[in-house]
Amino acid sequence: MDKFSKRSKTVIGIFVFIGLVYVICLFNLQILDPKYKQFATNNVLREVIQYPARGLIYDRKGKLMVINKSSYDLLITPREVKNFDTLHLCQLVGVEKEELEAKIEEAKNYSWYKPSVIVKQISPENYAILQEHLFKFKGFYTLPRTLREYETSSAAHVLGYVGEVTQNDLARDDYYGMGDYIGVSGIEKSYEEHLRGEKGLKKFMVDVHNRIQDSYMDGTEDVTAKIGKNLVSTIDLELQAYAEKLFSNKKGAVVAIEPLTGEILTMVSAPYYNPGMLVGRARGSNYSKLLSDTLKPLFDRTLLAGYSPGSTFKILNAMIALQEQSITLDTRFSCSGPESSPIRCTHNHVSPLGVIEAIRESCNPFMWNTFRSIITKYPTAAEGYNIWREYVLSFGIGRKLDSDITNEYDGNIPTDEHYNRLYGERRWNAQTVRSLSIGQGEIEMTPLQLANYGAIVANRGWYFIPHVIKEIENGEIDQRFKTKIYTKISPENFEPVIEGMQMVVENTSAASLMNIPEIEMCGKTGTVQNPHGEDHSVFMAFAPKNNPQIAIVVYVENSGFGATYAAPIASLLVEKYIKREIAESRKWIEERMIEVDLLHIY
Amino acid sequence: MFNLTEKPRRNNLWANIDWITVLIYVLLVFMGWFNIYASVYNIEHSSIFDLSQRYGKQLMWIGAAFIIAFIIILIETNFYVFFTFFIYLFVVFLLVLVLLIGSEINGSKSWFSIGSLGIQPSEFSKLAVSLALAKYMSTFGFKIHRIKSYFVMAIIILVPVLLILMQKDTGSALVYLSFVIVLFREGLSGVVLFFGTLVVLLFICALIMSNLVLNIALLAITLIILFIINPKLKQFGFTLLFFGTSFGLIFFFDLLVNTNFQPIDLFVISSLTGGVTSIIYFARKKIKDSVTIFVIFLGAVFFSLSVDFVFNNFLMPHHQARINELLGINSDPLGVGYNVNQSKIAIGSGGFLGKGFLNGTQTKFNFVPEQSTDFIFCTVGEEWGFVGSLVFISLFIALVVRIILSAEKQRSVFSRIYGYCVAVILFFHFMINIGMTIGLMPVVGIPLPFFSYGGSSLWSFTILLFIFIRLDADRLEQPIMLNSGN
Repeated sequence: MDKFSKRSKTVIGIFVFIGLVYVICLFNLQILDPKYKQFATNNVLREVIQYPARGLIYDRKGKLMVINKSSYDLLITPREVKNFDTLHLCQLVGVEKEELEAKIEEAKNYSWYKPSVIVKQISPENYAILQEHLFKFKGFYTLPRTLREYETSSAAHVLGYVGEVTQNDLARDDYYGMGDYIGVSGIEKSYEEHLRGEKGLKKFMVDVHNRIQDSYMDGTEDVTAKIGKNLVSTIDLELQAYAEKLFSNKKGAVVAIEPLTGEILTMVSAPYYNPGMLVGRARGSNYSKLLSDTLKPLFDRTLLAGYSPGSTFKILNAMIALQEQSITLDTRFSCSGPESSPIRCTHNHVSPLGVIEAIRESCNPFMWNTFRSIITKYPTAAEGYNIWREYVLSFGIGRKLDSDITNEYDGNIPTDEHYNRLYGERRWNAQTVRSLSIGQGEIEMTPLQLANYGAIVANRGWYFIPHVIKEIENGEIDQRFKTKIYTKISPENFEPVIEGMQMVVENTSAASLMNIPEIEMCGKTGTVQNPHGEDHSVFMAFAPKNNPQIAIVVYVENSGFGATYAAPIASLLVEKYIKREIAESRKWIEERMIEVDLLHIY
Repeated sequence: MFNLTEKPRRNNLWANIDWITVLIYVLLVFMGWFNIYASVYNIEHSSIFDLSQRYGKQLMWIGAAFIIAFIIILIETNFYVFFTFFIYLFVVFLLVLVLLIGSEINGSKSWFSIGSLGIQPSEFSKLAVSLALAKYMSTFGFKIHRIKSYFVMAIIILVPVLLILMQKDTGSALVYLSFVIVLFREGLSGVVLFFGTLVVLLFICALIMSNLVLNIALLAITLIILFIINPKLKQFGFTLLFFGTSFGLIFFFDLLVNTNFQPIDLFVISSLTGGVTSIIYFARKKIKDSVTIFVIFLGAVFFSLSVDFVFNNFLMPHHQARINELLGINSDPLGVGYNVNQSKIAIGSGGFLGKGFLNGTQTKFNFVPEQSTDFIFCTVGEEWGFVGSLVFISLFIALVVRIILSAEKQRSVFSRIYGYCVAVILFFHFMINIGMTIGLMPVVGIPLPFFSYGGSSLWSFTILLFIFIRLDADRLEQPIMLNSGN
């Protein structure tokens, strides 16, 4: 023992002190501070989203319309990238060198550690080749996705299309992540929640190089992706394609409804496009091409165009007057032809005439007198007008029908307020708004509303809200499509006008173009004045007269008289739907309709 | 010098061995091996005898270490005493040789590559220095407070340190600081330790504080200490007056001449003049303690001013970065701070009981670099949690404390000094290594004794420890082998 042996205590003191300091630090690090546990989970946990396939869409006969095809995205994790042959990669995935380099730069700016998509929608054929060479490109990965594929070139507007989510979608619904696909229009949009299925989540543990090592918690926290639900549409694909064929080189719209169910059989907005144009890599350029087209092929006329109903509206006016008993079946109004006042008549016919003949002849003066009889029945024009308006609204006109395709236009049936503003209170009367009597003036109806109006007439007074989906896999369509809605017109008041409509088809000068052998069709032509050029031709019809199977409306823009194009086209469609083929005697009409080019006449 | 009557006692050799220390050693080695196994574990290579894997190799090193330990126990202690000088020279020779023909691993030119086997001479030089110090300081008539003693001790320690620094192996060189504790035990003035601590504190403060704040703080502390040890109001008042006038004069000078002094310049210059005046004042009053205080004050001011200069001009960029990271001056968790950050995450995620053997995700999936060597403690922290860390730290502290206590019991000065050397070397490795993994020390690559993967380090620590165990066994065996006391 020497005199410094006591210093051993100092030395031991230092040892124990540092040991204690470390233990305290470790206590803080391992027990008190929770952030390291979180960091550790962040380090190893990689959540890989499993994208479900979207639901398929069938037509009403079970024909596949929309399916899925595999596609692959190419991803990059910049940190792991080693030198590679840029040109070779460009050639494999089919993109320009500059584009690829720009994308890689973008990915680097986003994150060096997280993967970013640099090439989207690589076809399975390209993918097969790429896969063989991928080992040469360190840091590049592929991710399988599904894309829409169309088994038909028809029905683009009804089916709608799928696109990448927008910032708005992301903010609205946290189901979506960047780069996810979402229905943008048509059925794809309105049935998005059924079609999209449910994304799954696989949790993996990765090592420092982001390589997957193992499943996290033995996969117990994984969520399996649920495939989207298949849908059966009400669309009759054959009829749809036929309607589109008839509409070659024409502008306009067709809507056909099964009156008994409210199921939409066909919806054509012409010009139309092939739905396949809005899928895949060419989508961007195709989309801008369609967008810049002056004929507006992307604009869905069936739902968004507010046409005047023209003479087709006369049927409704006649029924309202009968219901209001402001006219009876015995009422006769005289017509002075072109000298009539305040509305001229363009047709040559007997005078005076009753309601049935008036419908056949589409007599303007009769309809004006009928309309006036409704309005003048009440003390003030406004009162009478509002009664009239209530009847019109009960036909689903002037407001959205609340169909299952979103983005409907309201149409327009002005309120009395509108006329008060325009002419001053009590400063207007039936004569002021006389255009309404012949379906002109402020009235705007979409083809869908007009077709539904046709279905109501066919049903003699009620309708189901028109819809395009009839079956949802493991689900039910909305209750609103199974609820009958009644109008304010009693069934017996439909019969006289239907009588008139049958005569239109069978007993007018244009009957040869629209009379279908063995089918009793009831219809009404219309010629809609329009400020943009030649009149639109419109035809509303249903058939057969008893137990109707189809109600249809055809608009052909800038084509003149309703009987010239709209009526023959409608008759062909009715014949096609009911008989599945066109009678030999009418083939010439079919040919003529297909061949006529109304787009390039100017 | 040789004891010729050792034969009967020879039989007692195994009984005289400190089996508790041996047990702690074996425990540490096997705990280390399990953690190496866990840190490099993967399903494809799960056989523990797979020699292509680190745990397989380590098992081989461990076997060899046990044989080495056994041989050391069999060797007469006199051998080391006798051959100390040659061992020392041989190691120095190797250190020079490695500079010439060594291979560079991780930026340090400190390895001999013999086939696939790497040997690091600096691992063995600690042993040589320990032996040499023990031998020199235990020579008859050794007095520590002689110029010659200081000189020789400095030579013994600094020659290997310089050679190791030339290999750019700062971590290993840092360990030689630990010998100061041995010298302290043998009579080196505590003032050295005090100043050593002061210098380190000042260095850190100078880096993390602005010079102005630091200098004001230093002056305030100096004045407080002055007042405590010399509570005479009149003298204190004079001191304040010196500093006040210095400041005032220099301020006016600055205004007159328009020298554009910065506040720090003003303050430093007035501190210096005030300090010097105070020294002269107290020297004339013959109040020695007060003079000393102001000398230290002036030294501290100079030192803090020079730190930035030294830091920026003498330290290598990666050392600067690591120190900046440690002190929180610059934080770069994906760059310089990556290791430490990941290491803290691994340890911190262990929680109280840890994630269990082979279940550590951070270490298994390679988030922590150097996880089987310098950062092996991360595996302990992650898989065995706070409890495991506590057990490990307790075992290690128990080992070094036991060595100190045992060294104090030695009758031979050589054994005692050698024992201290062993304890402080082990302790310094422990302190720097663990401190580094939990972010208390800068990242310098030195292994955790008995734990880290690597043959050189395991063998050198085994030799280091077992020579002491053998010397300790001799304590009971031989009454007096060398001179005792000084």
